[in-house]
Amino acid sequence: MAIVVKRPKLSFWEKLYLPGIIKGLGITLRHFFLSLTGKTKVSMQYPEEKWDSHLPEYYRGAPALVTDEQGRERCVACQLCEFICPPRAITIHPEEIPSEDKWAKVEKRPQEFEIDMIRCIYCGLCEEVCPEQAIFLRKEYAFTGLKREDMVHNKKRLYEIGGVREGLVNKWNELK
Amino acid sequence: MDITFILISVAKIIGLVFLTILPMVAYSVWAERRVSALIQDRVGPNRVGIPFTKIRLAGLGQPIADGIKFLLKEDFTPSHVRKGYYWLAPALTMVPALLTCAVLPFGSELFGIKMVIADLSVGPLFIFAIASLSVYGIVLAGWASNSKYPFLGGVRSSSQMISYEISLGLSIVPILMIFGQLNLSDIVMEQARNGWALLPLWGDRLSLKGFLLFIPIFISFVIFTTSMFAETNRLPFDLPECETELVAGYHTEYSSMKFALFFLGEYAAMIIGSGLAVTLFLGGWSLPFGWLVPEDGASVPFWMGALHILSFLGKVVAFILFFIWVRWSLPRFRYDQLMRLGWVFFFEIALFNILLTAGILLFVK
Ligand code: SF4
Ligand code: SF4
Repeated sequence: MAIVVKRPKLSFWEKLYLPGIIKGLGITLRHFFLSLTGKTKVSMQYPEEKWDSHLPEYYRGAPALVTDEQGRERCVACQLCEFICPPRAITIHPEEIPSEDKWAKVEKRPQEFEIDMIRCIYCGLCEEVCPEQAIFLRKEYAFTGLKREDMVHNKKRLYEIGGVREGLVNKWNELK
Repeated sequence: MDITFILISVAKIIGLVFLTILPMVAYSVWAERRVSALIQDRVGPNRVGIPFTKIRLAGLGQPIADGIKFLLKEDFTPSHVRKGYYWLAPALTMVPALLTCAVLPFGSELFGIKMVIADLSVGPLFIFAIASLSVYGIVLAGWASNSKYPFLGGVRSSSQMISYEISLGLSIVPILMIFGQLNLSDIVMEQARNGWALLPLWGDRLSLKGFLLFIPIFISFVIFTTSMFAETNRLPFDLPECETELVAGYHTEYSSMKFALFFLGEYAAMIIGSGLAVTLFLGGWSLPFGWLVPEDGASVPFWMGALHILSFLGKVVAFILFFIWVRWSLPRFRYDQLMRLGWVFFFEIALFNILLTAGILLFVK
């Protein structure tokens, strides 16, 4: 069944159309002068002004690796993140931890850990899947490079971005 | 045809077209972007200044950067177009727009030379005759592109331009009746002496007859300006391009400098249209209240001539700003509304307006 929508009845002034136009021109003129004199300020001059200090804690920027409070790299090279990553941005080369190392009982660590930031879609699945809380999405987001290789973050760069995270994973600590 | 006449004409053409109108076109694009940004509480292009320095000049370098960009872009011709017409169309939009400035008096006199390229006695007729040619550019672009969106844009623009040309022509008939001639220089001179058409506050027109004539002149002005919007394809009448329905209308298939020519043609037409409106209704180059009107036959000193040119340019710039302001205030018309407005309202009102003017001229002494 067709629904008949009632059209509003226009008064004479509204039908004349011109008063409406003049009113509209007045509104735009007010906006023009307000922003000309700097009374409305909504735009951010991007490279100089950034939103960075307002980013929330849960902001999903670039994924990065973290070390714990004892300087141990948390990643155990289980490669779960490599498997879950939808665009396959992560490449891990695991290695065995030599037996004389202080953390020999961890057994495995990444020899090289690469995230291709051209591929990464900032989905956060790597952070979610990691059993060791070793990978986090941090607040950096503006990466540029002149070559494709520049956009691949290696292990060193990932730890630089990631920094130290404390707590949460205690299973590798010495027993009291 | 002596050689000095040709040289002087060439100097005037270069001075007006290449040193005034084309830079104005470039900078009206910049003004359009800045003003629209301010109206919408944004900032607009404010960065390009002097290259390799940190001086920004509020983005005044933007048109130059845009121009370079257009020149350096790949000039892409799709394989499915009719090449000849496809190449002809941008030129056909640009050239008529620039040709019409030949009869616009842009100043009184400088060094004893009249500041108009061709002092024709059929000024407005010449402008309408040439300006109506620019519809060919758009129609050709639409047909030659051989694809649907440009085709629809071309069809729309031909019917729109032809409809509004009628009310455009009829709307200035009252002005021509009042001034009794078609020479734009003389019309401006008359307005300088006896009050602008839209400001009858001095000279002969400060009288009952002048005030009565103000009514038809004002109606003429409204019809003329609105039809001018339609003729130059500006919002609220930009149905030939109409981004929301037709992608970009008739120039969808164009790229690089050919696209830029359409763009420049549109803005040039807007500038010349403003020039014509200023000449017919706002006293052309003259200053208000009959200040500094040159005497008959007396030579005009340099500073006065320069001041007159500046006054003309100032009025044109104000009019362009008005164009921009309207564009960013009003939504687009629906197509049937546009046709209704043109044929049912403006056509009739313009005709009635001519009768009204004739009546006033005949009965009020
Ligand atoms: S955020 Fe998503 S896309 Fe990026 S590395 Fe982690 S899992 Fe892969
Ligand atoms: S970052 Fe986490 S999920 Fe990825 S390999 Fe290391 S421990 Fe496994």
